[in-house]
Amino acid sequence: MQNALPLRQLRFARRTSPHAPSWPGAVLSYLVLGFWAVVVLFPLFWIFVTSFKLPIAVNDGPFYLPFIDFPPSGHAWRYIFVDLRNDTLRPFINTVIVAISSSVLALALGTAAAYGLLRFPYRPRLGVILLFLALAVLTVVATRLFVPWQAGVAAAVVLFLLLRQYAGARSHRAFGNDDIAFWMISQRILPPVAIVIPIYVMFQRLHLLDTQLALIITYTTVNLPIVVWLMRDYFRQISIELEESAAIDGASPFRIFLSIVLPLSTPGLVATFLLVLVFSWNEYLLALFLTSANAQTLPLSIAAQNATRGPQWWYMSVLILIMITPVIAVAIALERYIARGLLVGAIKG
Amino acid sequence: MLKVRERNGAGPAGPVPFLRLSPAGAWVEHQTRALFLLPAVLMLVFLSIFPLFVSLYLSLTRFQFVPGGFQLVFVGLNNYRKLIAGIERVHFLGALAGLAPAFWLVFALVATGLLVFVIRALQTPSPSIRAVVGRIVFALVSGTLLWMLLRTLTPGGRPGSLFTTLIYVTVGIAVQYWLGLMLAYLASQDLAGRRFFRVVFLLPMMITPVGIAYTFRILFDLGKGPFAPIWRALGLAEVSWVNYPWGARAAVMIGDIWQWTPFMFIVLMAALESVPTELLEAAMVDGASRWQMFWKVSWPQILPVTSTVILIRLIEAFKIIDLPNVLTNGGPGTATESLTLHAFISWRTLDIGGSAAVAYFLLFIVTFSATSYISLVHRRLAETV
Repeated sequence: MQNALPLRQLRFARRTSPHAPSWPGAVLSYLVLGFWAVVVLFPLFWIFVTSFKLPIAVNDGPFYLPFIDFPPSGHAWRYIFVDLRNDTLRPFINTVIVAISSSVLALALGTAAAYGLLRFPYRPRLGVILLFLALAVLTVVATRLFVPWQAGVAAAVVLFLLLRQYAGARSHRAFGNDDIAFWMISQRILPPVAIVIPIYVMFQRLHLLDTQLALIITYTTVNLPIVVWLMRDYFRQISIELEESAAIDGASPFRIFLSIVLPLSTPGLVATFLLVLVFSWNEYLLALFLTSANAQTLPLSIAAQNATRGPQWWYMSVLILIMITPVIAVAIALERYIARGLLVGAIKG
Repeated sequence: MLKVRERNGAGPAGPVPFLRLSPAGAWVEHQTRALFLLPAVLMLVFLSIFPLFVSLYLSLTRFQFVPGGFQLVFVGLNNYRKLIAGIERVHFLGALAGLAPAFWLVFALVATGLLVFVIRALQTPSPSIRAVVGRIVFALVSGTLLWMLLRTLTPGGRPGSLFTTLIYVTVGIAVQYWLGLMLAYLASQDLAGRRFFRVVFLLPMMITPVGIAYTFRILFDLGKGPFAPIWRALGLAEVSWVNYPWGARAAVMIGDIWQWTPFMFIVLMAALESVPTELLEAAMVDGASRWQMFWKVSWPQILPVTSTVILIRLIEAFKIIDLPNVLTNGGPGTATESLTLHAFISWRTLDIGGSAAVAYFLLFIVTFSATSYISLVHRRLAETV
């Protein structure tokens, strides 16, 4: 029965690729895809149009097409860029600085950790970890009670170095690289709201609240797990022979990492960097807690618009456009990288 | 799973060998190696693990102003009790009504299912304690959650921030997955202009959620938004969806779906494209229809990826705050508040202990959902290929 397929049909089946739709299928596909493209693009179009409307053109009901339905006006753009110049520029610059620095930092720390986890065996003993935690708690308690913090930290470091060998030798349980990697990546499960209040208090004590530095440090931490996760999978695809021969020639691990591994994984680095950059660019919750005026980022300054002036859609649209144009540019330019980066991560889980 | 990696030009599958120590200067090199990992670990310990413990302590205290500053009064589990049984109950759990008869049926069915699930663990030849305890905990927690969820959904009840968040997560993920899968399949066909669709479909994911929230506020404005003529024709122009809890929740979910369907789309499409063509061609020669080819060949092949994207979204979706905060301000009343927003609002009213308690409940729910999902679903699906 299986071979009773008519010859013509068989030949037809062989010639078409399995990915080519039949013509009614193609029409239907275009309809659905086109519909979703409209769903995606219409809100962006509406924002764009609204930014050129006078208040009256918004309030008198929907007008769709500039020049035909309503006369476009640049008043909102002028207001945001000329009248409010500094109030617009400051959050924008804050966002740029915070997003770029935190992404670079996260990438630097995360790639190093990811590479280390893949190429070097780590065996941290349970005893050493417990010793570290105990000393840290002791230091905090001691500094809160009577000791100046410099002395407390110095004493803790000295104690840790002295007791390290002892604690390591006493405990037989040790963790492997996979445990460390799992621990790092699982930090992603942690909802930021569960840690933000202590971070707020900490930055308040250090007088860093409402500064760019506070945001940079926090964003770096939040983004580290993603970088470790994606880059570990990326490094896994690089063959080890080059590194081995470099090691035999006496190159140091840093040298190997910087001049062999990193250049080989540029696409992965670019994809990860962009992903993390977009996350930091869009971040809302942590900035909401940690900034008030000075270090305010764009998402916050936009969210604040409503509270101060009521829904003035025309100004809001301009601000939203300022905020989303850079990420849209990134998305269009690097769609391929992003898709691939996400897939690598998703497959290895 | 491995096939995809090989197509991407992957190296050897299986465990990756470690790099050997170079003979010279072994001690120095040993220390250098530690330097690769140490900064990242310290950063996570100081900014993520310690704060987590401090949060736990804060959730057991009450913040009070005293002359010259403030103090934290230890109150034990009072903050948690307040959320479950005290004044914050309606805000957190919601108003609980008596179960409607139809919901009784639903609950009875699910409860039976959970019971069977636990009993079957006991019936295996040598039941491991971990598996049995895990299943009992899962059955108890999910049964209780469902019981309360159904009571809040009964007329007269209303869901609080906990169940609102759960509704956002489940509805959002379900819609995003099926929508993303359909679009991914359609866009993975040989069609002219695929690249255009791919780029356009990616956009919402990159756009700032706050921007999306405002955009949807403009769009949903029944009197001035672009769809106003439709609402007017229906006689709804003077009504505001913001006044209806479910209307407002739907608005938040639509925004969330608009933003995150692209994530599913992008990853699922990349997975679909890496299904070996030979498999599909073989199915074609055997006379399989397109429908069969997708469900019998492609879909099983991408199940591991499917499972992982759902897991990622599950973890991330619980953190939702931007959309409800900007789109509806959590209103009407507290109807659209997510757990994170609830914690933020408590914090703003200086109920710091209560805020930390809400955050810990969120942490518990996320961990519970993620571990249940991993051990019940993910592990099986990830092994199918």
